[in-house]
Amino acid sequence: MKNLIAIFAGLVFGIGLSASGMTDTSKVQGFLDVFGSWDASLLLVLGGALGTTLITFRFLLKRKTPLLAEVFLLPLKTKIDRPLVIGAIIFGVGWALVGYCPGPALAALAYLQWQTVLFVVTMLLGAFVAKRIA
Amino acid sequence: MLENLFAGVNVYYSVTGGLLIGLSATLLLLFNGRIAGITGIVFGIFSQPFGDKLWRWLFLAGLIGGTLSLHFVMDMPIPKASNESLPILIVAGFLVGFGTQMGSGCTSGHGVCGISRFSNRSIFSTVLFILFGVVSMLLFRHGMGVI
Repeated sequence: MKNLIAIFAGLVFGIGLSASGMTDTSKVQGFLDVFGSWDASLLLVLGGALGTTLITFRFLLKRKTPLLAEVFLLPLKTKIDRPLVIGAIIFGVGWALVGYCPGPALAALAYLQWQTVLFVVTMLLGAFVAKRIA
Repeated sequence: MLENLFAGVNVYYSVTGGLLIGLSATLLLLFNGRIAGITGIVFGIFSQPFGDKLWRWLFLAGLIGGTLSLHFVMDMPIPKASNESLPILIVAGFLVGFGTQMGSGCTSGHGVCGISRFSNRSIFSTVLFILFGVVSMLLFRHGMGVI
């Protein structure tokens, strides 16, 4: 049952990303291009997502346990540390260069374009290296 | 003014897409107790023990399958591939993977789920990666002209 939820949540997430145009790298780059021809799409997507989760998380995190698992597995760190800061900066730079963050890049594998495949391969390599040295 | 701001933006699709992403994150947390952070879910395929792998693969399969099915069902055109150069694609991919692994999350984990938990780490991270995305765009597109 948990596996069924996982695949369903993935489906809904993928439909959300592609319907909102987030698998289109030019739209994401357009959002970051504040000083060029700005594209507000990503702001609306983030607004729609946050508008939902800011409300739903209030209620469901009051529960002692999730419906199908024993515990909520939430991140334990609370301090803003050096890896968080450096990681976010490096991510921001890479994000602007092509217009892919991890979700849309993986979702766009559906289009079978070599550019996306190459991006995802080097992305996984980058994560692997970070895990080794950080 | 408002028409200018949203020129080329499909407001209805963008907001609906966002709501679906919020719904997905809600389902995963409510039923499975998991945070819908793409970085954590997918990079975890390679680092988590065997019993914790299958749901991650299934989520990824759903993510790709959902994208594929949307373009079939809704008759929406498939976006053009990125026209960035080969070195840019390689460097950008590496930076995104490295940065999100090191910084414990990306747009979904920090930007949606983390902010909704009022996590100070996630709020700080989201402001930082958007800020550096905007600055990089200014530098690389308008300054150096490489993208």
